[in-house]
Amino acid sequence: MSASVPALEIVNLKKFFGGLPATQDVNLRVMPGERRLIIGPNGAGKTTLFNQITGDFLPTSGQIKLFGADITRLKPHERAHMGLSRTYQIITLFAKDTLVHNVTLGLLGLSPARWNLFKPLDHYQEMEVEARRVLGLVGLGAMADRLVSEIAYGQKRRVEIAMAMAQKPKLLLLDEPLAGLSAEERTTIKELIAAIPKETTLVMIEHDMDTALDLAETVTLLHYGKVIVDGERDAVIADEKTREVYLGH
Amino acid sequence: MKRISGVVFLALLCVFPLFAGDFYINLASQILIAAIFAMSLNLLVGYGGLTSLGHASFLGFAAYASAWSTTQMGLGVGTAAVVAILATMVMAGLFGMIALRATGLGFLMITLALSQVLWGLAYRWVAVTNGDNGMSGLVRPAPFGISLDSGASYYWFTLAVFVVSYWLMAIFVSSAFGSALRGTRDQARRMSALGHDVWMIRWITFIYAGFWGAVSGLLYVYYTKYIHPSSLSITASAEGLLSVIAGGSGTLGGPVVGAALLIILKNYASAYVERWNMLLGFVFLFIVLVLPEGIVPGLKRIFSRRQGGQS
Repeated sequence: MSASVPALEIVNLKKFFGGLPATQDVNLRVMPGERRLIIGPNGAGKTTLFNQITGDFLPTSGQIKLFGADITRLKPHERAHMGLSRTYQIITLFAKDTLVHNVTLGLLGLSPARWNLFKPLDHYQEMEVEARRVLGLVGLGAMADRLVSEIAYGQKRRVEIAMAMAQKPKLLLLDEPLAGLSAEERTTIKELIAAIPKETTLVMIEHDMDTALDLAETVTLLHYGKVIVDGERDAVIADEKTREVYLGH
Repeated sequence: MKRISGVVFLALLCVFPLFAGDFYINLASQILIAAIFAMSLNLLVGYGGLTSLGHASFLGFAAYASAWSTTQMGLGVGTAAVVAILATMVMAGLFGMIALRATGLGFLMITLALSQVLWGLAYRWVAVTNGDNGMSGLVRPAPFGISLDSGASYYWFTLAVFVVSYWLMAIFVSSAFGSALRGTRDQARRMSALGHDVWMIRWITFIYAGFWGAVSGLLYVYYTKYIHPSSLSITASAEGLLSVIAGGSGTLGGPVVGAALLIILKNYASAYVERWNMLLGFVFLFIVLVLPEGIVPGLKRIFSRRQGGQS
């Protein structure tokens, strides 16, 4: 794939909830390997934008392309098979299952084995081995057999990331991966995100500017569903409009 | 340990007709049939999180299809069984397409409405179903020339089908597909983001549940040798749902225990208590209050707490 094809391209995206505009003419280009941070005040339409990229919401008009392919009307699971993965701002895990089962469900989602009505899931040893390996990468290897409901909040955040990373996505959307974490835990997650290989393009929503800015190469500022400023990190931070809208000084 | 007690229990079930009288043998056959019906409903309710109030459609339709193909079309019982099961699965596919436009209450209401349509047809389409008189004069199959007309032989036949059903449904729920199904029950949105086709998973499960519902319907019509529109009624669907919930939805043994309780109350208690429906109500109320998760998981919880307290 040539480097000139964007990993993610959004063209004139519009989304209305009733008469309420949530996304207004958003244009976005994220190149392969890029680390993009999306910032904006509460209600700026950041998560709504993510939900349109993943297919949870269909846009009112506009186009979304993943590595050049039009995915605007595809179902969420079809997008997952094209290399798109995400984490959730509100933790969305399988609470009654073990950590390893959670990550295995992610691996199963992309495997033809998911249609097998007769072979027990725990007979797919290669999936279990891989799930344990990825849990090890996020520092949860020793807890792989615990239930999600038994582990701490910060650890659940890491399971969210492990689930997405196990899928080896080409484009990973991280929705506030640092939300609700202590300073120490934020450092851990930050290191995990920094270690994600460059084959995975990252788009991240985050409020914690101090931590998140270090991870980003480029920044997009959303406000009232519109792109206000977009570009290299330092240029966006220095921009007058960013200060007005977001930084508040 | 669990395996040994399972084998012992199965052995007891096998030798049961050697000791019991006809009344109890027939009661046991009814329990096994109701258990297959409840287990098939449990695939939707317990593992898929899809509460259906129209599961009797599958039982009743398969029973009518078998009765109609043998009496009107002159098919053999065996061929009719295959026809009935295939027809029921096709119907499940169509019903699933309609009902799975919704989940939760919407799904429940659509399944109820569809089953009511069938129930109405069974009553009114007299040319095919013989209406309120039902269809009688039906015969049981004779696999390998063995007659199943005695209570004991039919019990053994039913037991064999039950064991295979239980085994295949146990495999289904622990399979890769079954794990994905449970995932769609717990976090449907996450599952589709992970690449699982949630709608397709539910639809396949709906048809698979329809298949086992049809199997229970055939056993039912062979047992009674008669079929009446009441087999398609909301009461029939609700009894299945009660068995699942009372026994413990989302467990393998729960629906079996629930079905046994229901059939015993229905047959046994009605001989002594005139208003047995009221007794049934009280028993289920008691279960809901004391063991809200159902008998099987509830007893497990109490038992493990006792053990934990002693050690």
